[in-house]
Amino acid sequence: MPRTLYDKLWELHEVIKREDGTHLLYIDRHLIHEVTSPQAFEGLRVAGRRLWRVSANKATPDHNVPTTNRELGLEGITDDVSKLQVTTLDENCKEHGIEQFDISDERQGIVHVVGPEQGITLPGMTVVCGDSHTSTHGALGALAMGIGTSEVEHVLATQCLVAIKQKNMKVEISGSLPEGVYSKDLTLSVIGKIGTAGATGYAIEYSGEAIRSMSIEARMTVCNMAIEAGARAGMIAFDQVTLEYVKGKPFAPSGREWEEALVQWKELRSDDRAHFDKTVDLDGSKLKPQVSWGTSPEMVMDIDSTIPEPRSNSESDALDYMDLKTGMRAQDIRLDQVFIGSCTNSRLEDLKVAASIVKGNKVNKDLKRAIVVPGSGLVSRAAINEGLDEIFKEAGFEWRAPGCSMCLGMNPDQLDEGDHCASTSNRNFEGRQGYKGRTHLVSPATAAAAAIAGHFVDVRQVLKS
Amino acid sequence: MNEYTIHSAKMVPLDRSNIDTDQIIPKQFLKSIKKSGFGPNLFDSWRYIDAGFPGQDNSGRELNSEFVLNHKKYKGSEVLISRENFGCGSSREHAVWALQDYGIKCVIAESFADIFYNNCFKNGLLAITLPKDSMAELFRFAEEGEAIHVDLVNQVILDLNETEMVKFEIDSYRKTCVLEGLDEIGLSLKYSKTIKNYENAKKKQTPWIFK
Repeated sequence: MPRTLYDKLWELHEVIKREDGTHLLYIDRHLIHEVTSPQAFEGLRVAGRRLWRVSANKATPDHNVPTTNRELGLEGITDDVSKLQVTTLDENCKEHGIEQFDISDERQGIVHVVGPEQGITLPGMTVVCGDSHTSTHGALGALAMGIGTSEVEHVLATQCLVAIKQKNMKVEISGSLPEGVYSKDLTLSVIGKIGTAGATGYAIEYSGEAIRSMSIEARMTVCNMAIEAGARAGMIAFDQVTLEYVKGKPFAPSGREWEEALVQWKELRSDDRAHFDKTVDLDGSKLKPQVSWGTSPEMVMDIDSTIPEPRSNSESDALDYMDLKTGMRAQDIRLDQVFIGSCTNSRLEDLKVAASIVKGNKVNKDLKRAIVVPGSGLVSRAAINEGLDEIFKEAGFEWRAPGCSMCLGMNPDQLDEGDHCASTSNRNFEGRQGYKGRTHLVSPATAAAAAIAGHFVDVRQVLKS
Repeated sequence: MNEYTIHSAKMVPLDRSNIDTDQIIPKQFLKSIKKSGFGPNLFDSWRYIDAGFPGQDNSGRELNSEFVLNHKKYKGSEVLISRENFGCGSSREHAVWALQDYGIKCVIAESFADIFYNNCFKNGLLAITLPKDSMAELFRFAEEGEAIHVDLVNQVILDLNETEMVKFEIDSYRKTCVLEGLDEIGLSLKYSKTIKNYENAKKKQTPWIFK
């Protein structure tokens, strides 16, 4: 019977189907950060349990790390509560012998940037992490899912997840994206179309010409936000682009193992005529740059349109919270801050696109702040080698050290009350970027153009001029 | 009815869709390395009129009188009812710990986000999905200050006259998790040999994963 990519990945990792209907799914890779792991390690300690396979686990601190004064290492964390969480991760890794890229390691960064960058996450793997954006790694042809802390403890102790198989959904994007429209716009458009619960209970496979012609970094942006459509996992078939990306990564196989891996990885695609329980089609060539206007990622609009009539109480509440009115043009939304970063958009390609728009311009004087936070120490170094940091700094951006930063403001990078922020992150929830802060989700190109204008602009026009 | 019934539970109605875990427990409280103590900060940004921070004394903070959790008639509610896609967003299990720490034993909604739903049952918090019309009835009931019994064994919600209001579906594994408070890890470790066998075969097939 023809199988989907998800069916194949599932079957490759199914250890046993138990009598109660649940499955034990083997986990190849477990990524750990400081926020969702301390209670899991504590649980193991209390029960006197050990790690099942130490080498499956790799860790890095990302949510709490400051993006300034990083040369001070741990001493650069001014908030004692944050510091305790980071040092607790240090201690847990040390106690159990887990490899960690700690706060002073150049390889430290956002866990979802570091994994693929190091080849720690690879095609064909099952990948879990106590973070909902683990879906990012599905871009490599992997089954990657966010889990809760109880599951983190379960994976540490058993190397398995208790799982129930999801249904299959195909999101097919035909055509190629127009100039000025990026993978972020695509993934926001999908969420706008199907809603934040549109894929609940499904694993999404993204396919079609627009996806095939994307780089792995762009594909990661798409899969990253599968969770914002309700899907725990988003994935893309392995192809030549994946092969080129993975080759030579520090933890990737080499020599004969590489050849063997390639034979297996080439099967990581859905068979012709495989059955999908649901299919969503979008014409990529018709997509436009997106801006979110509300407090849920499904509340998005085209850059050249106006804020719609609210269709529900939730949408009316969102408009009140955002202090916006129906009929207002996206391009008339004035901004206070701009954030380029997060596990969605902090990779070299994102920074390059943004820098190409910023180059030779100045951040608008009405903005309080515009910051660029690279996804990892290695992204930062690569960007600096290309002179991107200078372009940003010359324009008036602040160039910061890697971490989750203002995506959720667990570190000092936060919005002030009432601020409107053009953000390349993934969630525009109330208060997420700072108490009473107002987030607008956009692509790095749109964020860069908005930083210069002080309000949203159509980046397609900017690129033409 | 039996010992697994939540008896005479008051309901607090949260009439909104897409309630995300950032609202249930805002990020600043995730810095704790414990599982307890989140209750006072449940829905912190909606519940208080100021911005909360970890470790503060919450007893002196001014409450937002408009927020439903602060209405006198809903004080002591053990059941929280809401609309579609409850618990969306971040995987933070702290959201479940906060609800339980506050005293919520059951959440009933039109639908739940996957990770949150899963996290509920790992902690013995009962999450029930009901169709729109049944939810509408519960909302009416809650607003009138009526209480309910939630009988998990028979999968039914009753009014206080013990008249059936609505039956609910729940998969048997999750039901057992709540009823018996299963040690999931202990249960999985009974399959240690099967896991080892799988792993040994895999080591030959995909040795690069074990580096």
